[in-house]
Amino acid sequence: MASYSTNQFKPGLKIMIDGDPFNIVENEMVKPGKGQAFNRVRVRNLLTGRVIERTFKSGDSVEGADILDMEMQYLYSDGDAWHFMNTATFEQLQASAQTVGEAGQWLKGQEMCSVTLFNGEPIAITPPNFVVLRITQTDPGVRGDTATGGTKPATMETGAVVRVPLFIEEGSLLKIDTRTGEYASRAKEE
Amino acid sequence: MEVDTPLLGHTGAADPAIGSLALDLPNGRRFLQTSPEFAMKRLLAAGSGDIYQLCKAFREEEHSPLHRGEFTLLEWYRVGFDHHQLMDEVTALLGLFWPGRTLERLTIAQLAQQVGAPDPHLSSTQALASYARECGMVLCLATARDRSLLLDFLLTQLVHVGLPVGRAAFIYDFPVEQAAYARVRPQLPPVAERFELVVDGVELANGYHELCDPVAQRARHTQEAALRATRGLAPPLIDERLLAALTAGLPACAGVALGIDRLLMLHEGAASVGEVMAFGAETI
Repeated sequence: MASYSTNQFKPGLKIMIDGDPFNIVENEMVKPGKGQAFNRVRVRNLLTGRVIERTFKSGDSVEGADILDMEMQYLYSDGDAWHFMNTATFEQLQASAQTVGEAGQWLKGQEMCSVTLFNGEPIAITPPNFVVLRITQTDPGVRGDTATGGTKPATMETGAVVRVPLFIEEGSLLKIDTRTGEYASRAKEE
Repeated sequence: MEVDTPLLGHTGAADPAIGSLALDLPNGRRFLQTSPEFAMKRLLAAGSGDIYQLCKAFREEEHSPLHRGEFTLLEWYRVGFDHHQLMDEVTALLGLFWPGRTLERLTIAQLAQQVGAPDPHLSSTQALASYARECGMVLCLATARDRSLLLDFLLTQLVHVGLPVGRAAFIYDFPVEQAAYARVRPQLPPVAERFELVVDGVELANGYHELCDPVAQRARHTQEAALRATRGLAPPLIDERLLAALTAGLPACAGVALGIDRLLMLHEGAASVGEVMAFGAETI
């Protein structure tokens, strides 16, 4: 893997620190009038999501992280592993439930996801920004009930629970924004 | 007295952390000054008395919200002053910009104590390295033994944590390793009579009770050369004309350089020095 000098640091660059892959969130040059210059960076651990601060001596080199984002289709989950396929090569790979994490609640099958690979192993799954899911359970809305802010919980076919407007009925198809987990609109029946 | 010294000199900065810009002219290689310090000291040695100038200085590879490769300094020298008297004068000057704002004064050791950092004068190199690691500094075998680098890190960390936005303070009495061209007071532990002014987390001025001893000055250059060698940098050219001036006799004095772009930036509440310059880096 290529290594990067601190003067190539910029947000989005993926580097290795203490054996873990990190994404640079912020890079600040600290250069006193006298004395050594440093790069103070805020970095996100791509395995844990935790953001930490690190300082490098300016001019030092850091190993780049072998990180690749690949568009893959979600096929199915067998309980332990989630299976994804490269639609160009039909190559498949498995991701653990822990890796899939929150993303899993939006997936029912066939969705194109972004699979983040570290040294060829999946470490994160990003679902499409919008998914269309059917409501399997929601209570009938009570007209005039504004105490709950005009929304009620609805359970989707994948198990995800989304707050929806009161007029939405059980069995409806909804478009959900997976980045916020919020209701976006009703969707047309296919 | 206002003076005007050449921007082009025969030698670049010896400081291992400062890069000089070189120009190849028909009559040889010249360097754009990184500070007017040496030329002004030669004037002082020639008997100029108190002097000041507002001038441009240049440094290689410096570009950030707080840095420009070309920037403006106000530098002045007071014969017979020590660093405390010069801090008084800087305070008076900044009173014109921030009437009523208090500029605190604390030694580097006091600031380290406030922040809970190791004492920079007394701590072992190993203790400085462990503290740096605790603060998130990424060290290798070589940098973990580089005391000068670890002290530089400690200082930036002290400013980062101890002097955030809202505080304005002179920090003074530096570790001898960071003396630069300040005189060292031979007490236990010895300290360098140097100060920096930090306002809202920004380093605004750097001053010394000046080193006048030519033998000590040559020794500082030798240390700088050694540090440059261990860090794989080009060896510095020693400014023999400065050493000759010191040998002839530099009067006891104190001097300070104040970053004018940064002063205006802070005064105007701007986010970068570029915002207070008529020409942005992209439009020069």
